[in-house]
Amino acid sequence: MNQNTAKNREGGFFRSIVKSSSFGIIVILFAMCLIMTIAVGDKFLSQSNLLSVFRQFSFYGILAIGMCMVIITGGIDISVGSIFALSGVIACMAIAKWGLSTPIGVLLGILAGALFGYFNGACVTVLKLPPMITTLGSMSIARGIAYTITGGYPIGSLPDSFKFIGLGYILNIPTPIVLMVILAIVVSLFLRKTIIGRWIYAIGGNEEGSRISGVRVDKIKRMVYSLNGVMAAVSGIATAARLGVGQSTAGQGYEMDAIAAVVIGGASLSGGSGGILGAVVGAAIMGVLRNALVLLSVSAYWQQTVIGSVIILAVALDNLRHLKKKR
Amino acid sequence: MTEELLSMQDINKSFPGVKALDHVSLSLLRGEVHGLIGENGAGKSTLMKILSGVYQKDSGQIVWHGKPLEIHNTKEATAAGISIIYQELNLMPNLSIQENVFLGRERSKGKFLVDFKKTQEEALKYMDMVGLKVPPSTLVKDLSIAQRQMVEVAKALSTNAQLIVMDEPTSSLTDRETEILMNVIRSLRASGVTIVFISHRLNELFEISDRITVLRDGSCIGTVVTKECTEDQLIQMMVGRELNDIYPKSKVEIGGPVLKVEHLNSGSVIRDVSFEVRSGEILGFAGLVGAGRSEVMRAVFGIDPYDSGEIVVDGKKLGRHEPIDAIRAGIGFVPEDRKLMGLILDMTVRENTTLPCLREEMHGGVISRTREKEITETYVRQLSIKTPGIEQHVVNLSGGNQQKVVIAKWLATHPKVLILDEPTRGIDVGAKKEIHALMSELTKSGVAIIMISSELPEVLGMSDRIVVMHGGRNCGELTRAEATQEKIMSIILNAGN
Repeated sequence: MNQNTAKNREGGFFRSIVKSSSFGIIVILFAMCLIMTIAVGDKFLSQSNLLSVFRQFSFYGILAIGMCMVIITGGIDISVGSIFALSGVIACMAIAKWGLSTPIGVLLGILAGALFGYFNGACVTVLKLPPMITTLGSMSIARGIAYTITGGYPIGSLPDSFKFIGLGYILNIPTPIVLMVILAIVVSLFLRKTIIGRWIYAIGGNEEGSRISGVRVDKIKRMVYSLNGVMAAVSGIATAARLGVGQSTAGQGYEMDAIAAVVIGGASLSGGSGGILGAVVGAAIMGVLRNALVLLSVSAYWQQTVIGSVIILAVALDNLRHLKKKR
Repeated sequence: MTEELLSMQDINKSFPGVKALDHVSLSLLRGEVHGLIGENGAGKSTLMKILSGVYQKDSGQIVWHGKPLEIHNTKEATAAGISIIYQELNLMPNLSIQENVFLGRERSKGKFLVDFKKTQEEALKYMDMVGLKVPPSTLVKDLSIAQRQMVEVAKALSTNAQLIVMDEPTSSLTDRETEILMNVIRSLRASGVTIVFISHRLNELFEISDRITVLRDGSCIGTVVTKECTEDQLIQMMVGRELNDIYPKSKVEIGGPVLKVEHLNSGSVIRDVSFEVRSGEILGFAGLVGAGRSEVMRAVFGIDPYDSGEIVVDGKKLGRHEPIDAIRAGIGFVPEDRKLMGLILDMTVRENTTLPCLREEMHGGVISRTREKEITETYVRQLSIKTPGIEQHVVNLSGGNQQKVVIAKWLATHPKVLILDEPTRGIDVGAKKEIHALMSELTKSGVAIIMISSELPEVLGMSDRIVVMHGGRNCGELTRAEATQEKIMSIILNAGN
């Protein structure tokens, strides 16, 4: 079973859902929901719970959208949790402490994410550092900057216009969900229909071969890491808006959920395959899983263990998929 | 000493699609230096790898010291007394000389502890035999290539080898170092060790060997006594084949120069290379593996950086450039390794074919599926690419068809110059002919073609002019009319002196 027939990457939206390898995980998602409904009935299936789950996993979903692009190029970025916090903190600082308007503050936060992502990309392409090592270092750098800016204190007293991003509703749908869906559609179209999107897949499939075919590999990689920084920033700002507080300690460990979501969604860590639909479904599966553990009254400590196990399982299955392919 | 040490009889070995050895026989005497020569692909390495246990023969016999011997792996070969020193050397640079010599066969105290004293003593003994006068604790990475070679010889001696095969031992040595190696070989011969000396350097073979065996196209042509034969005779044996393949060559008007390369230099790999190719012309690049031909083309195309030189396409100079710049200037490059560098295996025929021309053919950065289909189907038809459809993943196509996809993708960029690096390597005869016919067709429309090939008949059959490279240099040019295989080989072999 080939994970990534071009048909999946390009055809009509609904056609691609049914024909694609993502169909498998969509089935799994529905099965999980079914099991939960049978187990706890209304507690799961109620509108309030479902909305809550959806809203909750939106933040991870947005992260997964960015991470998906990086993983398709064959790279990885474990600094997204820190960029998440840094951008949130900068947006909040700008609005609450420097007196700037909400749109400007949010823009600054997103810019910070873009720049930091670009920095990651530059280290990988110009200094030729392995992405894992680069983002391991930049993870601490971003976190450190966030601590320094805030002095360790949370930033409160944020205006309603800002909090709307996390708490508000657009057409009766929570804003974070709307954000995720819009970003998912835009990035998905970008990856599947544009020349740059094709280049991103090509780089992941065969970097040297792409270069020889005229793809500006380094430039595109820097762009991808930068876009990932933007996604992390959007998610971080939306979360800060939801909580009404900008915290330098936010987002710790979120990179793992993002990576797990992308891998569950069908992307290969060696690059060249994967898609936004899969990443979002992967994030949904993680979200439903977390919700299930809570509803089933599983101790919070066990939740950690279960999530971690799922991550290992997801990557192990990915490797198996690859071995099968090689035969 | 005329006792026969080894007799390989009727050895056959095939790999998928290729008969590497066809009833090859080789006889080695004790205490002789036996030269082994042949072109690329003649079967020398395969034969030696069977002897050293790396490959298994399909059929045939090996008789060692008068008794039949089955060699199943390298350990058995070493235990029998057969040792092989590869051209690339098989040492661990971060370990010391003595550790390398006894790697895998460490001298130990009991079961667990390494006996350093013994290791050092014995290492010194063998190092002395080869004239290596540095401390045995010296790390291999701090040694020169010549010294490393000596470590390999010492290693072979420490296994009590009675037969040592040396594969191109002098290719990286200076004249002085070569002399030292020759002396070591002479002393080994005097002590009864047999040496198989694989080399392209005829002067060395004439200097050191007692007999020489010539392989060609997987067959053994003959064994001669060195003193009784001439260089011309050897070349004739290496190369003499009938040119019965007819190459499709059309009469084409050759225009002005499209690509000019002047004084290209890159480290020691490309040395002052200059050449030009004209519109409608096929310029063949002949030479042995490692001559630097691919390196030159990679530099011209912008894949690898170079130190100095000028590359001019259609009058416009290319500065330090990347492949995208070369493509824009009108150059296309079909690389040697189509799987690693020519294609994106996981992608479809369509995606591979359109990759370099997307920017030119699509509007506003968006890919039009219809246009993609159009372009791909045009070339699938034109090149007769056998595929169930353009959505087939190229990894599933045969070698010949994969190569056609690579060519298709470059044709879609409408190049002025097309560089082909070993375009028909590993491809069946039918597809080969099709690619040759395609090359001829292209020249009719004014495309200039550069073709690197290690198959002399192909070079002679297709080229209008031939550049012969060796050791990173352009050693000579021949026109179609005057070129023969002997002349090309002669240029190569003389350049090595």
